Amino acid sequence: MGNRDDSPTATIAETRSPAALTRSELLLTKRSRRFRRLGSLLGEGLLFAIASVSTVAVLFIFIFIFKDALPFFTLRGFKEFFTSIAWYPSADPPEFGALAMFIGSGLVTLGAVVVAVPMGVSAAVCLSFVLPFAVRQVVKPVIEILAAIPSVAYGFFALVVFAPLLQTRGPGLLSVAIWLVGVPIILLGAVVAGGLVSRRVSGRFLLAGRTATIVAIVGPGLWLLYRLSGGIRGVEVTSGTNALNVSIILGIMALPTIVSVSEDALQAVGRELREGSYALGATRAETVLRVVIPAASSGILAAVILGVMRAVGETMVVWMASGNAAQIPEPWFNYLEPVRTLTATIAGDMGEADHVTGSARYHVLFAMALCLLAISFVANLASELVMRRTRRMLGGE
Amino acid sequence: MRSVFSKLGKALALMVVVSSLSMFVGGASAAEDKGHEIVIDGSTTVGPIAKAFAEYYMEKYPEVNITVSESGSGNGAKSLINGTCHIADMSRFMKESEFKAAVEKDVLPVAHVVAMDGLAVIVHPSNPASDLTLEQVRDIYLGKITNWNEVGGPEKKIVVISRDTNSGTYETFENIVMRKEKIAAGVEYVGSNGAIRQRVQSTQAAIGYVGLGFVDRTVKALTVNGVAPTGNTVASGKYPIARPLYMFTNRYPKLGSHVHGFVTLHMSKKGQEIIEAIGFVPLTQY
Repeated sequence: MGNRDDSPTATIAETRSPAALTRSELLLTKRSRRFRRLGSLLGEGLLFAIASVSTVAVLFIFIFIFKDALPFFTLRGFKEFFTSIAWYPSADPPEFGALAMFIGSGLVTLGAVVVAVPMGVSAAVCLSFVLPFAVRQVVKPVIEILAAIPSVAYGFFALVVFAPLLQTRGPGLLSVAIWLVGVPIILLGAVVAGGLVSRRVSGRFLLAGRTATIVAIVGPGLWLLYRLSGGIRGVEVTSGTNALNVSIILGIMALPTIVSVSEDALQAVGRELREGSYALGATRAETVLRVVIPAASSGILAAVILGVMRAVGETMVVWMASGNAAQIPEPWFNYLEPVRTLTATIAGDMGEADHVTGSARYHVLFAMALCLLAISFVANLASELVMRRTRRMLGGE
Repeated sequence: MRSVFSKLGKALALMVVVSSLSMFVGGASAAEDKGHEIVIDGSTTVGPIAKAFAEYYMEKYPEVNITVSESGSGNGAKSLINGTCHIADMSRFMKESEFKAAVEKDVLPVAHVVAMDGLAVIVHPSNPASDLTLEQVRDIYLGKITNWNEVGGPEKKIVVISRDTNSGTYETFENIVMRKEKIAAGVEYVGSNGAIRQRVQSTQAAIGYVGLGFVDRTVKALTVNGVAPTGNTVASGKYPIARPLYMFTNRYPKLGSHVHGFVTLHMSKKGQEIIEAIGFVPLTQY
């Protein structure tokens, strides 16, 4: 089409013989104008209705969950639910302490964040700054395929492959993982610290100061790694369905969201910012670390929160592979113990609770759902606030 | 899924009740006597048997319409007493209070034992432990015994696995083994019999329990109190973790009626095959 876009008569003339084109066809009659107006009104109304369906749906979900959660709190109060870890909904008398589930959900989410965020953000940086464009075009869709795998498939993998693997080779795998993660971090830290020192020290001691700093960091760091991995080798993984298993799987599940959204945010940073940075003499690393990432931080934060929400709300994997033991691990950071999450409890107890509709056992699940909803609501709100603030700060600078 | 079905079932049951009531008002006898409608309610454990029976029975007699709801043994008894179902599935015997309420309403409950429900306690095949007493099984699930070396196994922390509280299998275990005492907090819960078997066959220190039909070569079924879980020992009552499963009717059903045909189905060859296929034990394996 090209340059013909702005001259409609030309296109019409192309399809019809010029003789057939009369003036009346180009002018709108009063009736057809009214008709069109009605049509557009109808169309707008329809679109508005469709758009409001989703909003109204959220509202109704809130109302109904609240309505079904309320009887639990009026029946049993708040104290037991939030402070007790005794979860015996089918006992007589029943006990509904959900503290272990809150902590289980928290542990699993924290684990997923630790796995997914550093990996996801560095993968996004790698995709948008390190890899050549052609490779990026291939790698990014492949990462996004991870999001298309159904969660039950992840759960099956976690239960059938990963859990036995953790039991038989767990400590070895973990210590290898520690070396793989720890060595680059130590080297990077040493180089950065060496650079910092070299700025402060005068020319004569420059080399000596830098070397000393690097040695001072690398030495103890490696020793620490050695002790850590040695300690882990001695640990026995009694049960493979535990918080660690689920954390790793959830982290992998949250990866595509984090990579994709934060990569988009990094790409969205204006070319002029980058070029300005280069023009001031900054290296590529300085540009990425000090200009682009801060500018994209609100987008990266949004990515992280989306990933976290995926981990908090995930049910199937957790139900299959977390072990579902309603306990607080001892000590709390012992990720090798089985835990139980809110989502898995709702899924697992729903069937039986349904038969005695109206009992506390039924309403307690809605109380949990309400808490989950509140958590995600607060997280969304917080992310919105932070994003607005960073945007304002960036605008103000 | 199940909730949708049970609600549908309840709605259907209600419709049937309403229609039978209207017939009653019209002077005709209750639908029960006509026998083309059978309404079944009750235990979630017995429900699968009733459903499989119903499927088979309706195929054989297309004019019969059977609805099966699973609302729990107690609700099944209630429905039978109130006359809203023809057959009450129950995984326990009727309580005295329920009998009294029934007799007051001119309902005389008759028990039909349709199958036996036996649970095998399973461990990893490499585990040298081979026999536990019922008390020891209970102590393991109570968290009093935590290491295999206390019960003739290796020096290893026991990984205790249970079915989720949702299942009839859990209910059976809770009633017979735990006797209403609370399972320890560190016990892992798993969503299906197959998943328990999977966890036990891949975990050396695990213990779990499954319906008898789920025991295979990949796991080792322990003897309990010295008795191995087999069809024979369960049906004869020698194996301790077993219980009968009931269907209750109001009086003995009229001979030749469809209700009669239904509650005697378990004695036929096909009925026994169905029961075995679902993982329960037919009665006639003496």
